[in-house]
Amino acid sequence: MNESVHAVQTAPAKPAIEPFDAARARGDFPILSRRVHGRPLVFLDSAASAQKPGAVIDAVRHCYEAEYANVHRGIYWLSERATEAFEGVRKTVAQFINAAEEREIVFVRGTTEAINLVAHSFGRYSLEAGDEIVISAMEHHSNIVPWQILRDEMGVKLIIAPIDDDGELMMEAFAKLLGPRTKLVAITHVSNALGSIVDVREIVRLAHEVGARVLIDGAQAVPHLGVDVQELDCDFYAFSGHKLYGPNAIGVLYAKAELLETMPPYQGGGDMILSVTFDKTEYNAIPYKFEAGTPNIAGTIGLGAAIDYVSALGLPGIAAHEQDLLHYATARLKEIDGLRLIGTARDKASVLSFTLADVHAHDIGTVLDREGIAVRTGHHCALPVMDRFGVPATVRASLGLYNTRDDVDALIDGLGKVREIFG
Amino acid sequence: MSELRDLYQEVILDHYRRPRNFGKSPLSNRQANGHNPLCGDKLTVYLLVEDGRVEEVTFEGAGCAISVASASLMTEMLKGLSVADARALFERFQGAMTGANDGVDSLEDLDKLTVLSGVKEFPVRVKCATLAWHTFKSALDESHETVVTE
Repeated sequence: MNESVHAVQTAPAKPAIEPFDAARARGDFPILSRRVHGRPLVFLDSAASAQKPGAVIDAVRHCYEAEYANVHRGIYWLSERATEAFEGVRKTVAQFINAAEEREIVFVRGTTEAINLVAHSFGRYSLEAGDEIVISAMEHHSNIVPWQILRDEMGVKLIIAPIDDDGELMMEAFAKLLGPRTKLVAITHVSNALGSIVDVREIVRLAHEVGARVLIDGAQAVPHLGVDVQELDCDFYAFSGHKLYGPNAIGVLYAKAELLETMPPYQGGGDMILSVTFDKTEYNAIPYKFEAGTPNIAGTIGLGAAIDYVSALGLPGIAAHEQDLLHYATARLKEIDGLRLIGTARDKASVLSFTLADVHAHDIGTVLDREGIAVRTGHHCALPVMDRFGVPATVRASLGLYNTRDDVDALIDGLGKVREIFG
Repeated sequence: MSELRDLYQEVILDHYRRPRNFGKSPLSNRQANGHNPLCGDKLTVYLLVEDGRVEEVTFEGAGCAISVASASLMTEMLKGLSVADARALFERFQGAMTGANDGVDSLEDLDKLTVLSGVKEFPVRVKCATLAWHTFKSALDESHETVVTE
C-alpha cells in the first residue's frame, strides 16, 4: 500500500474495526474439521461451551510438558516459572476486563462458583433478614438457586424483575423494585436462552442510587462484547473460561478490592492462609484469601491463551461478524413456516432460540444431529424463561467467532429435513 | 436418513399427533407422574385396576414425539391385561429398549411396539420411550413418587 496515500485517507472519527476473517479463524479450531455421522460438523452450541483454538490446546500442553509445578510454593525454578505464568494470567484477565487492580481478579471454577462465592461470602456477611435481592426473569439457574438458598437460610427476599414479550428487561419496572432494603442486584449481562443484552450500565446506576451492590453474570457476554468493569462500575462480575474458547473449570470473579477486603473467605485450605495454629488462622491477602487449595494451573494458563487469542483477533471485529451472522440467520429462520423465534430483543447477542410448529425441540435436535449439526435443545437451565414464553423447550443455535453463513445455511437445510420427516 | 425414517415412522408420528387414550379417566383409581427434566417431558398415567386386571389406561401430558407416541402405544397394549401380564410386558419392553435382554430383540413379536425398535439406534432417546412405561409401573405399584428419567 502507498503509505502517503494511506496517510491522507486516514482520519477516522472512531477507531476502525479490524477486519475479521471467520473462515480463516475457523481453521484455528482443530475439532471443526471433524465429521459427525459422516457429515462435516456444524457446531452451533457455543453458548453452552465454545470449542478451543490450537493456541489454547498448545498452551495447556506446553504447561504440562515444560512449565508445570505447583504455584506459590517451591523456591525451585520450575515452581517459580509456573507461578509467574499463572500470575501473568491474572494480569491478562485484569487488562481484558479493565479491572483497576490485579488483586481484584479471583480465579474460580466458573461463573457458577463465582456467584456461589458471592452468595456465601458477601451474602452471608452483609445481608440480614428482610433485605432484598433483585434478579431478573431471564436468569440462568446458577443466578437463581444460590440466592434461593440464601433466602431460605437467612430470610432475605428474592425479587424478580420482569421481561417483556421480546425478552427485554423492563427497565422502568426494574427501577420501581429498588428501594432502601435492596442490598444486591444480581443480573445477567446477556441472556443464555434469549440472547438479550441487558443495559447493565443503567442497572448499576439505578442500583447504586439506592446503595445496592451489583453482581453481573457475564458468562454469555465476555465472548461477544468488550467488557470494562470500571466503566460499568459494577461491584462483581463473573464469567467462565470455557465459553470464551478457553479450558473447562476455570473462571473469574471480578470484585472491587474494597469489597473483597471486607468479605470473609469462601473456603478454607491451603494458599488462602498466612499462618495457621490450632487457635487462630490468619488469612492471606486478596485475592488469595478466596483461592483455597491448589488452583487449576493448566486451566488458568489456557484461559490466558484464550484471552490472548480473542484479543489478537479483536473483539470488535468478532462482534461485528457475529452481528452480521445473527441478522442473516434471523432473516433466514423467519422465512420458515411455523418457526417462532423466542427472544427478539433489539439488542441481542448471537443466540437464536426457536420452536418449529408442533415438532418438539428434542426431535428437531435428533434430526439435526444426524446432519452433523450440533444445537442445544431443552430448557437451557432457564426454566422460568421457558414458563414465561409458555414453551416446554426450545432449540437454540448459538454462534461463535468461527461460524459462517455456511453453518447457518446448513441449519436451514437441516430444518427442511425436519419438515420433510414431520410433514 | 434411513435411521431417522426408522425412528420417526408414520405410526409414531400418528400417535404423536393423535395420541390414543389421552386425558384423565374419571374411573381411574391409580395414577403417577413422570418427568424427564432433560427434555422437559411431563406426563401423568391413569389406571383403573380391578380384580387383578388393568381395565383402563390413559395418559395426559406433553413431550417429544417418541415419548408421546410410546405412551399412546403403551395404553393400547396394556388395556385389558392382567396385572401380572402387564408387569411382564413392562419388563420385556424395558429390557428390549435398554439391551438388557441378552441381545434378544424381543420387540419383534410385540405387535404395535415394534415401531419403537428404531429408538435403540438413538441411545439418548431411549429414556423418552421408557418414560411412560416407568410411570405406568409407578402407578401400578402405587408408589406416589414422580418418576424421573434423564
